[in-house]
Amino acid sequence: MKLPISWLKDFIDLDGITVEDIARKLTLAGLEVDEILYAGLAMPTYGAGEKHEFKTNGIAWDKEKIVVAEIREVKEHPNADKLTLLDLYDGQQEQVVLTGAPNIFHLKGTGKLPKPIKVAYAKEGATIYDGHADGLVLTTLKRAKIRGVDSYSMVCSEKELGITEEHEGIILLDDDAPVGMSLADHIGDAVLDISILPNMARNANVIGIARELAALTGRELKKPKIEFTTSGASVEDSVSIEITNSELNPRFVAGLIRGVEIKPSPYQIQRRLKLAGIRAINNIVDATNYAMIELGEPLHAFDYDVLKERAGEKKIKLITRPAQEGEELVTLDGEKRKLTSMNVLVCDEKSSLSLAGVMGGTESEVTQNTRNVLLEGAAWNFINIRRTAKQHNLPSEASFRFSRGVHPALAETGVKRGLQYMAAWAHGSIAPGLVDAYPLKPKDSVVEVTSKEVKRLLGIELTVEQIAELLSRLEFKCEITNHQLQVTAPAHRMDIDEGVVGLADVLEEVARSYGFDKIPTTTISDALPPQAGNPVHEWEEHLRDLLVAIGMQEVVTYRMTSPEREGRVITHGEYVRIANPIAPERSVLRQSLLAAVLEVAEKNVRAESIAMFEVGSIFEPVKNDLPNEPRKLAIVMTGARSASAWDVKAAPAFDFYDMKGRIELLLAGLRYTDIVYAQSESTYSLHPGKSAEVKINGQAVGVFGELHPLAKEKYEFGDAPVIVAEFDLEKLRTLNPSYGIIPVSEFPPMYEDIAIILDESVTASAVEALIRQTGGKTVTDVRLFDVYRDEKIGAGKKSLAYNLTYQAEKTLTDADAAVIRNKIVKRLENTIGAKLRR
Amino acid sequence: MLDKLNEIEKAALEDLSSITEQSALDAWRVSNVGRSSPLMQVFAGFGKLSKEEKPIVGAAANRVKVALESALEEKTQAVKNAALAKSLSEEKLDITLPGREVNIGRLHPANQQLRRVLAILAEMGFQVYTSREVETDEMNFQMLNFAPHHPAREMQDSFYVESEGREDNPILMRTHTSPGQIRAMREAVATNPQNPPPIRIALPGMCYRYEQITARSEIQFNQVEGLAVGEGITFADLKGTLTDFARRMFGKDARVRFRASYFPFTEPSAEVDVECFVCGGKGCQVCKNSGWLEILGCGMVHPNVLQNGGYDPKRYTGFAFGMGPERQLMLRNKINDIRYFWGNDLRFLEQF
Repeated sequence: MKLPISWLKDFIDLDGITVEDIARKLTLAGLEVDEILYAGLAMPTYGAGEKHEFKTNGIAWDKEKIVVAEIREVKEHPNADKLTLLDLYDGQQEQVVLTGAPNIFHLKGTGKLPKPIKVAYAKEGATIYDGHADGLVLTTLKRAKIRGVDSYSMVCSEKELGITEEHEGIILLDDDAPVGMSLADHIGDAVLDISILPNMARNANVIGIARELAALTGRELKKPKIEFTTSGASVEDSVSIEITNSELNPRFVAGLIRGVEIKPSPYQIQRRLKLAGIRAINNIVDATNYAMIELGEPLHAFDYDVLKERAGEKKIKLITRPAQEGEELVTLDGEKRKLTSMNVLVCDEKSSLSLAGVMGGTESEVTQNTRNVLLEGAAWNFINIRRTAKQHNLPSEASFRFSRGVHPALAETGVKRGLQYMAAWAHGSIAPGLVDAYPLKPKDSVVEVTSKEVKRLLGIELTVEQIAELLSRLEFKCEITNHQLQVTAPAHRMDIDEGVVGLADVLEEVARSYGFDKIPTTTISDALPPQAGNPVHEWEEHLRDLLVAIGMQEVVTYRMTSPEREGRVITHGEYVRIANPIAPERSVLRQSLLAAVLEVAEKNVRAESIAMFEVGSIFEPVKNDLPNEPRKLAIVMTGARSASAWDVKAAPAFDFYDMKGRIELLLAGLRYTDIVYAQSESTYSLHPGKSAEVKINGQAVGVFGELHPLAKEKYEFGDAPVIVAEFDLEKLRTLNPSYGIIPVSEFPPMYEDIAIILDESVTASAVEALIRQTGGKTVTDVRLFDVYRDEKIGAGKKSLAYNLTYQAEKTLTDADAAVIRNKIVKRLENTIGAKLRR
Repeated sequence: MLDKLNEIEKAALEDLSSITEQSALDAWRVSNVGRSSPLMQVFAGFGKLSKEEKPIVGAAANRVKVALESALEEKTQAVKNAALAKSLSEEKLDITLPGREVNIGRLHPANQQLRRVLAILAEMGFQVYTSREVETDEMNFQMLNFAPHHPAREMQDSFYVESEGREDNPILMRTHTSPGQIRAMREAVATNPQNPPPIRIALPGMCYRYEQITARSEIQFNQVEGLAVGEGITFADLKGTLTDFARRMFGKDARVRFRASYFPFTEPSAEVDVECFVCGGKGCQVCKNSGWLEILGCGMVHPNVLQNGGYDPKRYTGFAFGMGPERQLMLRNKINDIRYFWGNDLRFLEQF
């Protein structure tokens, strides 16, 4: 909400406290000031390196150069029809000022004004906003000749002084404005733009903020004096109220004022309303808005005579009731609204009058011809108002407040305050009494507060007297008997519960009133909980580290995708569907982590080398229940195997074996040894001859391989093959790892190469298994270092060359090695028909 | 003989002085101190000298030998130094050519930050607790003291999951990691219903809000919450714990302030601001001239939430706090577009 400081000062003495101090105190107490807009008051100046605390905008008015002046005569301009010359007195001397203001044009050539007009006068050298510029542009008044007449000063519009954007006419100050007084002293202001949190709705008004400031500064809250005289017949003689549903409408109050004169409100009032973001309409509507901003109770003014006529000149009966499905009402904004049973209407015996708590209807609204006003102040169910305002897309100052909860006690105060302002600004006489239907009175919340509880929750030592003092500032009723403090919530608050919750509600107020900054900082003295750790999380973090160590970039992708996007690489079943997606391409929860990482790889296709992974959940639907969220690892590699440089030409592209090598390292890092790579039947579109399933301890845990050429075509990848992998982390994590190491021998190893020629159909893993089996524990490493095919070897044959490492707990001789080698060769010859290549 | 020795020495040293290369030095050594050199001939003819001459000539010959050898050694070093100096002056790289790149792996920046946060919390005794991302309305809202139609729900617009017959308890994408608070409390209560153990956990994970994807708003974001529940945990403890955390996270001199705020699941609630670490509090673009950065929301666990978790609010108290790792990174690294995170452009990721 936007709050002019001048208004605040009606209710609390803020002398000696700067605008920034006020903003800081409020911000720390939970009423965050987003911006300070200066409209006349002096702005703080910051030196270089000095701290700005708040976003600050607006303009300060020069005290010497911008003053209250009076126009004594409006004269014709000798050379311009649309301009006038003003005879003006600024408190020191008479001036002639040029203006084109339309709102005094009608006085042109009428001679000396019977009553001078008070205006805001900017002298030569004053800095104001340029009224003709787009937006806010500062300009300094300089002497110039306009159509042959000297111009050096100006009577100002609201835009020129930074009050509103209005530049249609000049400001017409109230008659009592003291001529010659600095304008800043007269109406200089600053506006705090305050964010109101849901639990702070009670403070969305001037009194609320003043009350908070009173608590924060220890100064007195000057409550409004609601006093007026009444005359004529009592309102009860002419109006009655019937509430059909007290849950929806706990209270309805109405007052009557007769003989009002509709005209603009005093300028001071208009200005405050405008600074608070409210349009000034006329004195009656302004009175309802002014009382609302001041007290927090939205009011609604009916044209009493319209109601009277509708009632056939009989006693008016107002009825509040839920609307019928499909019922219609034309609201003040001219819209015909189709209503549902959720909406509440204020009606008379003829038909509906207004949409309760949200917006009035056109027929009974206050017009230029209104003479008598019936003023409504009510309490409505906040959930209902919230839904109604949302349903009809009618956010208003009234619905903002009602939808956050307004205490029924305010209905009466609000109506009285509104009547008081109407009487002051529109004359008229207030009818005695109020009609007040109050079928559902809220219970006053009463809470017991002890020093012990304050200590237990807040960690501060306070006596009950100190607690009472802190709460009294916020108008809690505090009674101390035998060191027991009983607290009753004030009549403007609906957010204080009872019991253990009420205690927390009250202790929050104790803490805020005491000041969060004064509460000490301590360390937890309570016992540490049992240490359990989080093995799943820790294992996944280890997995991430391993992946990073083998050169993989981690990515994190959206959980929401579309079946079409995933369909490029996997055939999918039922999805977990989002009921309110932001876009069709984010309409389901992903079923494939690999599809998500592939999309990222595709987006990065210009990169020289891509090796990326993601660890995350996919979502499997369970009908009308929470989905399963299994964890997956997906890897995508494509592009150059290593980085190029100015003297290193492009490396070959990643292929199947690059992925396999990394998977081997990964699984070794996870301490898995019993690993088998088998032909895969994956649900993913993989190349049938270049993909494999990974089995550990006999269990399938993942697949990897080259993307199927047809699947790859659906992406915008380059020529390089795209190698992918996906693992089921639940399965991978729950296998039995094997710990332990191969001891490092002090004896020197022997190395020997053997090459064999064998049938193409025999796999490398079969050969290696045979070598290891035959070689026994002396052969500690078997490394394939060459695969060779050529005509000399023969069609359907290949040559595999191995580097063998012999190692024993003694120094091995050539003879020792020869024995083992011969055994191996013989075994290979006999078992798989291999021939030693010489 | 002595004259001859002097001549040998003089001639040899003269020769040596003009030598500049190793090969010439080798030749000099052969001809001057080699086996058949004039000097060695003197030694070879030693036997022919008289008894009186022997010690005199011997001493002189030895002196010459030592002199020539040391001169050779000196010269060898000089030649070597000259050669090294020459090669050093010639072998000059263009040090401005770029270094050779190495493709390395990295964690996603959001997870790097998540780890920093969790590491600090772990040292402060908060153990990681993870829970599901798709939740029920009951766990995400109702148990956390968000009444149906409560205005606070508007602060957290949600993605709902299609389901039937669940109007009272629809399924949604969690809007915060707080449902994990209820799950963790209930698990702890199950271990000892009469005397539930204290809790100190960190809850990291992805959360979802119904937003349009723009530079300032995202549909998913990481959150880390902390929860401490026990007997005798106070708001002062909350202040102390978070002040410690902020100092670990943002530097030991980091100034913090606690600002009253509102969350349905805590009371009292506060926002924690840390003095802007970009400008040191003087006011800059990052802190929007306020000198403060909002980094944490926190508060004392609401009695209803304790109750829903199975902890008696008359006996137990607790505090909770939450923060966004991506937001922290954005502030720290002046990232002005939140879409970078899940955009996963390698040119962004490789900067972390």
